[in-house]
Amino acid sequence: MFGFGILSGLIFLPLVGVAFILCLRGDDEAALRNARWAALLATIITFLLSLYAWKMFDTSSSGFQLIEEKSWLGSGLMYKLGVDGMSMPFVLLTTFLMPFCILASWESITFRVKEYMIAFLVLETLMIGVFCALDLVLFYLFFEGGLIPMFLIIGIWGGKRRIYASFKFFLYTLLGSLLMLLAIMAMYGVAGTTDITVLLKTAFPASMQKWLWLAFFASFAVKMPMWPVHTWLPDAHVEAPTAGSVILAGILLKMGGYGFIRFSLPMFPDASQYFAPLVWTLSIIAIVYTSLVALVQEDMKKLIAYSSVAHMGFVTMGLFAMNPQGVQGAIFQMVSHGLVSGALFLCVGVVYDRLHTREIAAYGGLVKNMPLFAVAFMLFTMANVGLPGTSGFVGEFLTLVGTFFANSWVAFFATSGVILSAAYALYLYRRVIFGVLDKPSLMKMQDLSAREIALLAPLGLLVIYYGIQPGPILDACAASVDLLIKNYQTALGLTKAATLALH
Amino acid sequence: MYTAIVFLPLIGFLIAGIFGRQLGARPSELITTILLFIAAALSWVAFFQVGLGSAPLSVSVLGKWIAAGTLHVDWALRIDTLTVVMLVVVNTVSALVHLYSIGYMHEDEHRPRFFAYLSLFTFAMLMLVTADNLVQMFFGWEGVGLASYLLIGFWYERPSANAAAIKAFVVNRVGDFGFALGIFLLFALTGSVTLDQIFAAAPGLANKSIHIFGLDADAMTVVCLLLFMGACGKSAQFLLHTWLPDAMEGPTPVSALIHAATMVTAGVFMVARLSPLFEYAPVALSVVTVVGATTAFFAATVGLVQNDIKRVIAYSTCSQLGYMFVALGVGGYNLAIFHLFTHAFFKALLFLGAGSVIHAMHHEQDMRRMGGLAKHIPGTFWMMTIGTFALTGLPLTAGFFSKDAIIEAAFASQRPGALYAFLLTAIAAGLTSFYSWRLVFMTFFGKERWAEEDHGHDAPSHDNHGHDNHGHDDHAAPVAAHGHDDHHGHKLEPHESPAVMMIPLYVLAAGALFAGLLFKDVFMGEGMADFWKKALFFGPDNHLMHDMHEVPEFVAFLATYMMLGGFVIAALMYVFYTDAPRRLAERNPILYRFLLNKWYFDELYDLIFVRPAFWLGRLFWKQGDGRIIDGIGPDGVSARVIDVAGRVVKLQTGYVYHYAFAMLIGVAAIITWYLLGGVH
Repeated sequence: MFGFGILSGLIFLPLVGVAFILCLRGDDEAALRNARWAALLATIITFLLSLYAWKMFDTSSSGFQLIEEKSWLGSGLMYKLGVDGMSMPFVLLTTFLMPFCILASWESITFRVKEYMIAFLVLETLMIGVFCALDLVLFYLFFEGGLIPMFLIIGIWGGKRRIYASFKFFLYTLLGSLLMLLAIMAMYGVAGTTDITVLLKTAFPASMQKWLWLAFFASFAVKMPMWPVHTWLPDAHVEAPTAGSVILAGILLKMGGYGFIRFSLPMFPDASQYFAPLVWTLSIIAIVYTSLVALVQEDMKKLIAYSSVAHMGFVTMGLFAMNPQGVQGAIFQMVSHGLVSGALFLCVGVVYDRLHTREIAAYGGLVKNMPLFAVAFMLFTMANVGLPGTSGFVGEFLTLVGTFFANSWVAFFATSGVILSAAYALYLYRRVIFGVLDKPSLMKMQDLSAREIALLAPLGLLVIYYGIQPGPILDACAASVDLLIKNYQTALGLTKAATLALH
Repeated sequence: MYTAIVFLPLIGFLIAGIFGRQLGARPSELITTILLFIAAALSWVAFFQVGLGSAPLSVSVLGKWIAAGTLHVDWALRIDTLTVVMLVVVNTVSALVHLYSIGYMHEDEHRPRFFAYLSLFTFAMLMLVTADNLVQMFFGWEGVGLASYLLIGFWYERPSANAAAIKAFVVNRVGDFGFALGIFLLFALTGSVTLDQIFAAAPGLANKSIHIFGLDADAMTVVCLLLFMGACGKSAQFLLHTWLPDAMEGPTPVSALIHAATMVTAGVFMVARLSPLFEYAPVALSVVTVVGATTAFFAATVGLVQNDIKRVIAYSTCSQLGYMFVALGVGGYNLAIFHLFTHAFFKALLFLGAGSVIHAMHHEQDMRRMGGLAKHIPGTFWMMTIGTFALTGLPLTAGFFSKDAIIEAAFASQRPGALYAFLLTAIAAGLTSFYSWRLVFMTFFGKERWAEEDHGHDAPSHDNHGHDNHGHDDHAAPVAAHGHDDHHGHKLEPHESPAVMMIPLYVLAAGALFAGLLFKDVFMGEGMADFWKKALFFGPDNHLMHDMHEVPEFVAFLATYMMLGGFVIAALMYVFYTDAPRRLAERNPILYRFLLNKWYFDELYDLIFVRPAFWLGRLFWKQGDGRIIDGIGPDGVSARVIDVAGRVVKLQTGYVYHYAFAMLIGVAAIITWYLLGGVH
């Protein structure tokens, strides 16, 4: 197609939008409107193209598809793209969420609109690139490149403490990525190539695996984020503009999980097996610790940010259970969390746009004036709590089932997270939505506008749809996950997954 | 037809929930109520076809739900006798409560929302009872929890209602924690979550031990205890009961439907449904017996001294649920379901009757400010009396058959713990009679205490318990209450409720009087085997039904004696010597306060769970995240950097954009340098 493949199309389409916005002259209202529309159109067309890619995608095959390959920068480097069942859902999630981000910023961003739109479009390019890249260096470029637009989005369009937050974000992620770069060089030394498809078949020596695993872990754990390297997330969320939070929670956090699936588990099986207890421990701490912290938050965004850390704990736990339920559940949980937490941040954005505070105590009794908002917020709160019938349940349930097979204690502590999540989520809901509407500043708040309904309704419908019919996502990744687990077990010489022994 | 039964309430919910505000209140009420009546009628048809007829077990698969690896979960409806009994109970009571609510809620401006919630609840409950696998049961289980949360907190402007709603949801989640782990373990053991496959695997798992949570334990016992934990949460059994009395913050029809007749019996249903598992876990059954008996006794003692009319009935519900668990524990699954069936009628009757009293008294719930109502609202009085007859077990009424059978079963059973259960349930039968008649006497007999006092007088000083006193239905908020303002102006004039509220009472009263007599044979008599078919499982060692025929005569009459005793004492204390209760309370202040404050469970839980959770949260946040992680990590590092960079920053413009841009170039340079150095 036009001399380049569909994945390249996905990656470069947002850049076309960037080029268009760069051509706009002046800062008058017309130019800004054009910039907004250009960004929206670019993201929508990208989404439609990704749907086409989804149609071309064969879910029954476990290998990489839609492969493109070109040599680049001389001998060692390749521009190689491809997707399999474990990356396709994330590509779709990215392209799906981007138009929402542009729409969410429609009115709330008032200065440097063109630059803002450019930052988001560049970010989209880089994020799609992360999930499509089949060359390690290419992956690294996209993975770390995503840091820059996000850094700018927080640092320029953020709240009061944006400088502190953006540097904290930067310090943490940069530290992890430098270690990963060292590991990439070491891997190149062993395999002689950075082609991921080749690396997946390369058996790294067991002693070396541990070091490589740890280096990758440093980077992915920060991105997830896992306890104790999670403290950048609440600050980044609190200061980021609404759309920035949506992307941060919806996509950027998933890069860590994707990294585990793409690199750590298949390439370093021995080390993954060796370090699984460490990951489980950190996951449990993340679930219990951050849930308790979420309970006492006074800032809405911080509360949701901490709950994100807890939910990502389920993901890492499920991944390292290394059985179909655990891994598929983790992938599903990531997609579901992308929708749910994205929607929750949009909900916070709705009230923030009206009152310009995220302080929970400033609200109360909103249901009186904003019944539609109350319904939407209730739906996403319940999805966040993991109520069956919403997508949040399926992910939590599957990861817990998978983990239970691997280690019943881990599942025991993680399941206690469902009690705590109910407590903090409903406590938040009660303080914001219920109660008497007696604060004068809240009296005039209007219910959702048409634009906001258009933002939240599709997410709400998807959350329910995937709660009742999770098949599309689970089936998409089933074949690839099966292959992943089969290779993993072959590498470890296991005949079948460890199960609870009866005697 | 079964699909229609289950999904008609969902349609009602969607119509009233989405279009309620456009349609208006009356059409929303009518649509949801009519749909529920159709579902109820179909349920009775199903009951006659499946229960009394010979229609076989049917499982209709509606679609795929979750599939991952070897785990397959379908959306499916399982229809057998146990299901149709529950269908009848749920849909009949729900339809009557819908009808009743048209009258009871007529002043509320949020009626579409209320009826939508009621229908949503019914749908979730139906999904629960028709579930063919444990995960779908869990779906219904949490769905009714959600509906219960929404309905308890229906008057959202009242802080106590919000607190009660959260408490109900979170305490239920504690139970669900066990339920979920039970599902995981069953899946690990049997490789399936579908009922038929689990049941088929159960005999093979008997007496097998398993290594779990660091110790070796009997597999079936662990499974059943975990599942029972879920049942305890939903059915408000001892230790997880604290949410049920507070749930009375919801409107009274909600209490009748959810917190008496249906949702709280879900735990009983679950254990009966899983009887093929529990029969292989005798230890777990002993635990069920003991917990049930303790609940029956504990709740009855607390019920003795409560003054809020709804709370008395709430504790009575809790206590009766304890009876059902005793029946389950000793292996009388059919007895438990029979009591569930009759209890639904008379307890819904009592709650709706109490609602009628509250309605008549303009939302007064404190029995100390009632009295002498018999001649003002005779219809309600007679209905409440019938309900009390049935609850206390007057011969030939519903409770007489079902409750007395449980006490006999506890006596006849050989299971460890059964004797304890027999003693406590027999004592509780006397207590039940006492507090039930106390309620009737305080409300309907004696002086008209509401006439002599101011409406809003202060509560007696010893009743110091926070949310006991502001549970007045409907007085939620300045805005919601504007319709009632006129009530406070003039003297209280109790009035009988409208027909739309009385008709449900008459129907339920008929059930309370005759349900026992009519269905005794099929549930637990000669027709038992034909009726239940294979819906309930009795293990080869379970001879309970046979043993029950051989209990000595005094046991068979014991419950009736206890009932009479309770009645006489209540009559003496509350009709003839009305000074006696006060003197008794003054003479035993410690015991009285212990009971009045519900054995101090709320205070205890607040002390050992709620406060520590918040304390730990703050500790982790401020100290863990703030001081340790950030202090050593980014802040520590950046503090050093800032020391050095401080002077440099002054030279710059301070303009964020430039600063960030410089950073960007720096990063790009670093990456390029590393890349070129690394690849070549």
